[in-house]
Amino acid sequence: MNNWSWEYVGDILPDLLQGLWITVQATLYGSLVAFALGLVWALLLRSPSRWVTWPVSVVVEFVRNTPLLVQLFFLFFVLPGWGLAFPALATGVIGLGLHYSTYTAEVYRAGIDGVPEGQWEAATALSLPRRRTWTSVILPQAFRRVVPALGNYVIAMFKDTPMLAAITVAEMLFRANSIGATTFDYMEPITVVGVLFVVISYPTSLLLRALERRLVR
Amino acid sequence: MTGALWELFFKGVWITVQLMVYSAALAAVVAFGIGLARTSRLWIVRFLSGVYVEFFRGTSALVLMFWLFFALPLLGWQLAGMWAGTLALGLSYGAYGSEVVRGAVQAVAPAQREAAIALSFTPWQRLRKVILPQAVPEMLPPFNNLLIELLKGTALASLLSIGELTFQAKLARLSTGQSAQVYGIILVLYFVIAFVVTRIMRLLERRAKASIGRAPERSGWFSRRLPIGGQGPQVITAPGGKP
Repeated sequence: MNNWSWEYVGDILPDLLQGLWITVQATLYGSLVAFALGLVWALLLRSPSRWVTWPVSVVVEFVRNTPLLVQLFFLFFVLPGWGLAFPALATGVIGLGLHYSTYTAEVYRAGIDGVPEGQWEAATALSLPRRRTWTSVILPQAFRRVVPALGNYVIAMFKDTPMLAAITVAEMLFRANSIGATTFDYMEPITVVGVLFVVISYPTSLLLRALERRLVR
Repeated sequence: MTGALWELFFKGVWITVQLMVYSAALAAVVAFGIGLARTSRLWIVRFLSGVYVEFFRGTSALVLMFWLFFALPLLGWQLAGMWAGTLALGLSYGAYGSEVVRGAVQAVAPAQREAAIALSFTPWQRLRKVILPQAVPEMLPPFNNLLIELLKGTALASLLSIGELTFQAKLARLSTGQSAQVYGIILVLYFVIAFVVTRIMRLLERRAKASIGRAPERSGWFSRRLPIGGQGPQVITAPGGKP
């Protein structure tokens, strides 16, 4: 029977918080990749040509329906073989961003579909060019609707970052695990990591719900 | 790729499927238990089930799995890897599922509930004969999504050295050194399992909707079409989590 030791928690906390900083970085960079790539998927999927939509939807469905962990392994072991040597964190960010871009694509699609038909017609009536229609009419209205849903995926991504430990990114779980391996006491490190996740993701999701109430009416 | 490697992969597929079925069963029990508890009349029941949901949705499934596997033994229980994996996946995806159950139950038309009260059904009869038969067909599409998430979650169990698909891939990679082929094949195998699961779930959905006289949503081979019209993105996500 192990006794919970606050002293031990105090000793390991600085190291875990450094890990948290890596976790946060991975989440933020991963989100940027996911937001950008997701928009690309969403726009390609609206193409009138089936030669574009079919391959894109197959890729998106494939990435979405296979485990992130295996995708990370794939990237981590295969990219160097193709002469693309990235640090582990960059590989993790690419993996997270690619995986979540298939979710954000769906969010953008819903957001774009949610823009009333009349807005398209009005743009046509004003004979706005296609590009202008997107940039000045449709996307600004769609973005307002997608912000809360995108935020949800940022939280989901945050909770998936421990997988990066498997490809040697020194984030929280990786550090907790190596502390445990040296002291033979996993109780405190892993519990602290779990609690830190709840402490960050729960208030963030409350914030998003408030934002959602304000933006999406 | 030799025959022995394929044997390794198929053994992995079998353990992955087992892990998925066990944790889905646990998740279903949790989802209905907690989801119905959140519609309870007693505030304390609603509060405690709410705490459960927020806690398990708030933390990472992988951290939970590590906690069950590495930290729990220090309290005196040593779980086998398969158990730790099943518990972690079942408890956390059950929390997501409970929101689906709650949403579907609350979406049943209030008049149906009132009619059941007028017929002086007991609360249990009301639930069993009126509410659930209408709520369950609504739950199936989101449950399908969750099941795919759960399938992907089973890959995490490889880090506890359970011999499922991802773990076997690691062995295959170590013995052949062909990372691209091995992980490529594994990804395709996961996709095939996900595809089969989705087909089965859509079949169930069609049956369930037909049994209460509704038409199923139209869907293509790959993606399910989203409901069109001004419903916005809130249709496809639960707060703080994946759809």
